[in-house]
Amino acid sequence: MSIRQQVLQLWLAEAALDTPVVAWAFHDGCEGRGPALPADEPPYGSGAAALCDGWCLIQAPSPQAVSAGSEHETGPLPHEYVFERRIEIAD
Amino acid sequence: MPASDHCLTTLEVARFVAEGYLRFDALVPAGLNERVIEELSRLAQVKLPQAIGVEPKAEVPGRPQTLTPLSRCYPPPSALGEVLRLPSIQGIIASLVGPDPLYDHDFVHVLPERGGYVQHLHVDAIIDSRDPTFDIQLFYFPREVEEGGGGTRFIPGSHLRRVRAEQVARYQHILGEEHFAGPAGTLLVFHHGLWHAGQPNPSDRTRWMYKVRLNPRVPQVRLWNTGDLDEVHNDPSDHTFATMRFDSVGNVLRKMQPWQHGHEARLELVQRVRLWRYLTGDEQYDVDYYLTRLEQRAALLGKEAGG
Repeated sequence: MSIRQQVLQLWLAEAALDTPVVAWAFHDGCEGRGPALPADEPPYGSGAAALCDGWCLIQAPSPQAVSAGSEHETGPLPHEYVFERRIEIAD
Repeated sequence: MPASDHCLTTLEVARFVAEGYLRFDALVPAGLNERVIEELSRLAQVKLPQAIGVEPKAEVPGRPQTLTPLSRCYPPPSALGEVLRLPSIQGIIASLVGPDPLYDHDFVHVLPERGGYVQHLHVDAIIDSRDPTFDIQLFYFPREVEEGGGGTRFIPGSHLRRVRAEQVARYQHILGEEHFAGPAGTLLVFHHGLWHAGQPNPSDRTRWMYKVRLNPRVPQVRLWNTGDLDEVHNDPSDHTFATMRFDSVGNVLRKMQPWQHGHEARLELVQRVRLWRYLTGDEQYDVDYYLTRLEQRAALLGKEAGG
């Protein structure tokens, strides 16, 4: 048996973990030998819902001070949360 | 198509500002599409090796150089030139980047049948300046693309966010994303900043797409059919939290995508308003009062509003 990591990135509508998922990415270190997630719809309704399904939060965004002149700029999706779960699979 | 001169209407241009693209199904006639595919297959033999730094073994005479006015690109006899000179397409181009824009570059995106090639989401720019000027990119599909048949994936409303080209590769899925499928001869017109990606083609038909980027040579101010502009161009008092119009440009600009929520959506709206100011030359234009409020206060100090 060995331990493999699954990583789930969720981009949320707002900075709170219980706000809706607007984008997502799933990276499967189990190469399909672990539990899967749906690809065509958000795997969870919110970041908090992912916690309830056993995902562990490993990165949360920090608030950024707004610099003068860029108060209204938009860029990459701002509320990126990263989760992991470790799956035991047969060698 | 809208007016007899084939130029866009004000509300169509407003939708372009809000969503970053326009779609015209089966715009190019069937017979012409087939001739274009023959021409694209010859062009691909030059473009594809050149793109990876390999000198092509063949040449297509008269291939346009960057900075060539579009009217001099692909002169007759050329099926591709015929497409680019269709009055309907000329009207769309003129409405967004003005008459006879500059050819930037083009490419033949051919996805063989049962091909697994997939691109990450990206933007066709290393990074953009903060000014509101823009190029357009025509995505022309001369052959029908079925659902799941390699149609371009793109994110409506993503065009005004300042990102580096590959920075958005991290998003495998975004709510509201589109995967093109449609009839032969369909044209998508993208703002150059729209996030997009090529998709696998598991179907049993080759997917053809011709893309050309065009640069404006004139300020992009009121270039479309502005006969309806006075009627739909709202004043700065059009405000969701006070009194609002439901038939105005402002209400088109307010329409957000499923991934655009809350305060982030308000920042999106500010970006759209800035672009609409540029396109109309109306520096007092606003929707929902976000910029006007700041400008009114800044005026008390004799300053321009920041941000």
